[in-house]
Amino acid sequence: MKKSYSDKAMKHFLNPENMGEIEDADGVGEVGNPRCGDLMTIYIKVKDDTIKEMRFKTLGCAAAIATSDMICEMAQGKKIEDALKITFQDLVDNLGSLPQTKVHCADLAQKGLKAAVEDYESKK
Amino acid sequence: MNKKIYLDNASTTPVDEKVLKAMEPYFNEKYGNPSSIHSFGQEARVGIDDARQKVADFLNCEAEEIIFTGSATEANNIFILGVLNSYEDSHVITSPIEHDAVLETVKESGADFTVLPVDKNGFVSLEDLEEAINEKTVLVSIMYANNEIGAIQEIKKMGELISKKNKDRERKIRFHTDAAQAAGYLNCDVDSLNVDGLTLSGHKIYGPKGIGALYKNSSVDIDPIIFGGGQEMGIRSGTYNTPLIVGMGKAVELIEKEREKEKTEKLRDYLIDQVLKLKGTSLNGPRKRRLSNNANFSFEGAEGESIVLMFDQEGVAVSTGSACSSNNLEASHVLRAIGLKDLEAHSSLRVSLGRNTTKKDIDFFLELLPKIITSLRKISGR
Ligand code: FES
Repeated sequence: MKKSYSDKAMKHFLNPENMGEIEDADGVGEVGNPRCGDLMTIYIKVKDDTIKEMRFKTLGCAAAIATSDMICEMAQGKKIEDALKITFQDLVDNLGSLPQTKVHCADLAQKGLKAAVEDYESKK
Repeated sequence: MNKKIYLDNASTTPVDEKVLKAMEPYFNEKYGNPSSIHSFGQEARVGIDDARQKVADFLNCEAEEIIFTGSATEANNIFILGVLNSYEDSHVITSPIEHDAVLETVKESGADFTVLPVDKNGFVSLEDLEEAINEKTVLVSIMYANNEIGAIQEIKKMGELISKKNKDRERKIRFHTDAAQAAGYLNCDVDSLNVDGLTLSGHKIYGPKGIGALYKNSSVDIDPIIFGGGQEMGIRSGTYNTPLIVGMGKAVELIEKEREKEKTEKLRDYLIDQVLKLKGTSLNGPRKRRLSNNANFSFEGAEGESIVLMFDQEGVAVSTGSACSSNNLEASHVLRAIGLKDLEAHSSLRVSLGRNTTKKDIDFFLELLPKIITSLRKISGR
């Protein structure tokens, strides 16, 4: 059976390892999806321009939750400038497949990270 | 995985065994074209006549007033466009919680239209209806019971109002109701309801998909929108789909026999009471005058599609009006029409019971619900 969500995407949705909050975060980004009403908060902990830890809170569909989790997994341990280069296609590729209509959710994860980085830089 | 539990009967129902059995011979035994005069055709014709009579009995009308269609959507289109196209400069009245098969048809028709307001429970008021009628009005189409929030409209009273208005009008107003969801649970006597048109769907009443029926009062002239061999009194051309028509007839015949309205309603009320005990939960739609098998909730801090997918993991099928789960990423127009905020529509969940739903099924759902909502609230942090 061809599923619109790959098994891997479902795994990240059902057991998101990076969900939660970082109390003493260095940067916090809050974004929303004007199209369907989703809300996402990204927390980052930075050291030597590297994202040491990244967590998320997301109110949204399975795709939004899975991409939130995936972007955390991919960005952690990366230099900020490299983490910002994670494209929406990278997220989708890493998750396997998402339903066609859901690509904008991956977009949201990217924007969330960007907002968290901006917050971090503004505080520096 | 656990046993599968189907709580999405408003979406579609399984075909009843007896319906399936009734249909079977018409695929490759009695396969003649009902329009043929030889015996092959005539035995198929009997099946169709019989089905038509069953539907007519259910609706308390003449067999000639029943038109079989390819779906409820098609039935709505045929009646609405059929009436509107036979007038120049016409006006139609409808409600904002209609199925798209009505709303889109009205919008596409080119006629002037009024979409009546509904209150927070989804009810249309008789006063608003009366006020909206003008000298150009030729059609009112209001759904009998809503598919998402179960609101049951006062069709009988609306029918009375319209007939009264028609007494001193030269331009008669035709009254149509989409009863696709209602048929399984509510009285569909067209005479007592005072309707000129009524739509039924096969697959919502344990019949097959791909078949609908339209009641059209014999006094109503409509222009066909499908042309061809002139089947169905010239209103719906196309070779008779004998097995589906027979299935539809059988499904309609079984409604009264198998109807377990009280049982379903009791289970549904139990479900609502239990769910509302959970914090941050609300009921969408009315508590009274609600279709027996329908419940619809919103859960703060959880999104509908996520809830549906988590239930699906456990083998339970439910549905949502969340924007995230729709193709156009817009929240359900019904939930918005009754005043739900985006976030509330976003977190909506519809549970629709059926003939086969048991207390055990509901209890299993109730056992899973808090776990699922809690885990999604943890993810959302809300
Ligand atoms: S979060 Fe709404 S569609 Fe993905």
